[in-house]
Amino acid sequence: MAVAMGAAFVGPRLLSAGFRNGVSPGGLDFSRGDIALLDEIADTILPDTKVPGAKAAKTGECIAVIVRDCFEDDEQAVFTAGLADIAGAYEKRFGTSFVQGKPAERLMFLNEYNRALPRKSTRASRKNEPKDWRCFRHLKELTLLGYFTSEIGCTQALRFVEVPGGYDGNAPYKPGDRNWFVEVR
Amino acid sequence: MTATQPQAFDAIVIGSGISGGWAAKELTEKGLKVLLLERGHNIEHIKDYVNALKAPWQFDHRTEITREVQATHPAAKTEYFLTEGSSPFWSSEIDTPYEQAKPFSWLRSYHVGGRSLMWGRQSYRWSDLDFTANAREGIAVDWPIRYAEIAPWYDHAERFAGISGSIEGLPQLPDGQFMPAMEMNCVEKDVAARIRKHYNDRRRMIIGRTANITQPLENRVNCQYRNKCWLGCPFGAYFSTQSSTLPAAMQTGNLTLRPFSIVTRVLYDRDRRRATGVEVLDAETNQTYEFKSKIVFVCASALNSSWVLMNSANEVWPDGLGSSSGALGRYVMDHHFRVGAWGLAEGFEDRIVNGRRPNGIYIPRYRNLASGEDRGYLRGFGYQGGANRLGWQRDVAELDLGAAFKDALCEPGEWKIGLTGFGEILPHKDNRITLNREKTDKWGLPILKLDCEMRSNELAMRKDMEADAAEMLAAAGIKKIQSRDEGYTFGMGIHEMGGARMGRDPKTSVLNAHNQVWDAPNVFVTDGACMTSSSCVNPSLTYMALTARAANFAVEELKRGNL
Repeated sequence: MAVAMGAAFVGPRLLSAGFRNGVSPGGLDFSRGDIALLDEIADTILPDTKVPGAKAAKTGECIAVIVRDCFEDDEQAVFTAGLADIAGAYEKRFGTSFVQGKPAERLMFLNEYNRALPRKSTRASRKNEPKDWRCFRHLKELTLLGYFTSEIGCTQALRFVEVPGGYDGNAPYKPGDRNWFVEVR
Repeated sequence: MTATQPQAFDAIVIGSGISGGWAAKELTEKGLKVLLLERGHNIEHIKDYVNALKAPWQFDHRTEITREVQATHPAAKTEYFLTEGSSPFWSSEIDTPYEQAKPFSWLRSYHVGGRSLMWGRQSYRWSDLDFTANAREGIAVDWPIRYAEIAPWYDHAERFAGISGSIEGLPQLPDGQFMPAMEMNCVEKDVAARIRKHYNDRRRMIIGRTANITQPLENRVNCQYRNKCWLGCPFGAYFSTQSSTLPAAMQTGNLTLRPFSIVTRVLYDRDRRRATGVEVLDAETNQTYEFKSKIVFVCASALNSSWVLMNSANEVWPDGLGSSSGALGRYVMDHHFRVGAWGLAEGFEDRIVNGRRPNGIYIPRYRNLASGEDRGYLRGFGYQGGANRLGWQRDVAELDLGAAFKDALCEPGEWKIGLTGFGEILPHKDNRITLNREKTDKWGLPILKLDCEMRSNELAMRKDMEADAAEMLAAAGIKKIQSRDEGYTFGMGIHEMGGARMGRDPKTSVLNAHNQVWDAPNVFVTDGACMTSSSCVNPSLTYMALTARAANFAVEELKRGNL
């Protein structure tokens, strides 16, 4: 598993986020290979449809930056170990890496995780879950966050207006209309 | 300027938040030369709102806060309002430590404008129900003022700040000088109508009264419904020091603003029983300066205003200016919240909201209004909340991943409505803050020890806050209702009040009816520290009104030669 410690070969967006001394004392960082894996996982969760999917929105990089800069040490360790478990399990079962895998098999594989996750969980109950489950939970949440806050997610998957200028609390809606982007806070 | 030549002003204002900004505006407009001191750095209106115009994808961490920010903001890091974009406006808790005898989240903003840049903007008047409560119930001491004395100053504050809201005719929540109200959405209107009918108009859901302007005001543009107020508003559409009081004060030509100025004490002349000015520690250079003035307005925020008094005139009173009452640092309050209910509304699937309204609904207090009602606790609570369609954050746990999942999240989900109670905290003598001179901050200044907790009255009230929210939603036809008490730590309301309360007797209060320190009549404390009780409504509008009232009085007293 290529969660390379201290390796700094990443894409331009990661570089723009900067490498801050002291942010990750363990030197956690993600290689291009890791980001390719994260991209494929994210794109399996939110694939291309009428609008581009998570890979096109560079969700893999976004996940890597958030895990590296925002996760505490113990949760980083869970994430990286769980990601290695997920990738290893896929390879063992399908005889190829997740990145090289067939879309239908990747979807089936991740859906097994998705169905296995308890609908309701607490911080305490999550602590007792296997690392790959915990990692998958992060992957799903970060994929949604990364995608729906990306430019593609905001402006193509959703409708985005920076300055609405007014408020209509009773506007018509018909099924199929995209939702508005709403500030995350 | 040198440390040996004190500069003289007519008035010194300590703190540039909501109260300090108002003091500076009122005093300069009345012709006084004013020095406005702010312990933190400057933030210039619009220019320094560096995150206000960023699109979501322009934040590297998409609103998540980094490990660095988590490390410097141990109390704030779990709060919904601490985001990647807003974090520059919340001060490092490491630089300015405090001691927690009991858990206390003290959330501060040390910069020009203080928390006026990030406040919730909900703006409600107190009523005589609040001003008479202590006296009626024999709690703490009586307020030295009544509604009639502050009402004209509420008018004054609302007209200048710009408060939007609806006229309701409720005695417990007096109407004011409002700009046109923001709109309730279709679900909120339906729920409001059903609640009003179900409870025979004894309970009412109204649109929040908010310091977001709905019409242009002076040089300010009306609200553009971006709902990014906490990043600073480039339109100046909500009230802040920067958008409102500071430009007004600057325009007079009478204001000097000095950032990086930590006031270490009020200078006190024991023979004249008057303050003569303040001592300032420059936060950047560690140089000490003295500034002289005829009057001093202490508006450093409730706990820090108490700190300034405790650290002043120690040669006369070891526990500080105002401590002769025994009340200094005591009767500290906040609003307790994080308890309520939510559920889903049906029948509005063909409706959606356009625009991002920076405001919600409000359910004014309805408990213990009539004498004789006994709920097992005193005072009451109000609710804030609102309805909206769920977004992509809702997940759809029953759906498999993939294209259909993505399509579903691109569309809005069900209508959710939530209510969160905000309850009054009684002034309790043992909810107390003290100076710990053994421990100091990076400037060598003693830190505060905070010793406050919810007591039986608040805990009993929370049961009603949870149950009533669920009951009202059920009465309004809301489905899948869930209620929860998520727990509350003192300070989380960011409505710190008390510590230097107003009263009628110098033996039991720090301040008189005009916010003058009994022991130094030319020192006025007009921020949250002055509060004698806490009501259940958001307090900032009351600080504005009290500050304007006290400033007017101070100038008249100066003219009469009484100060």
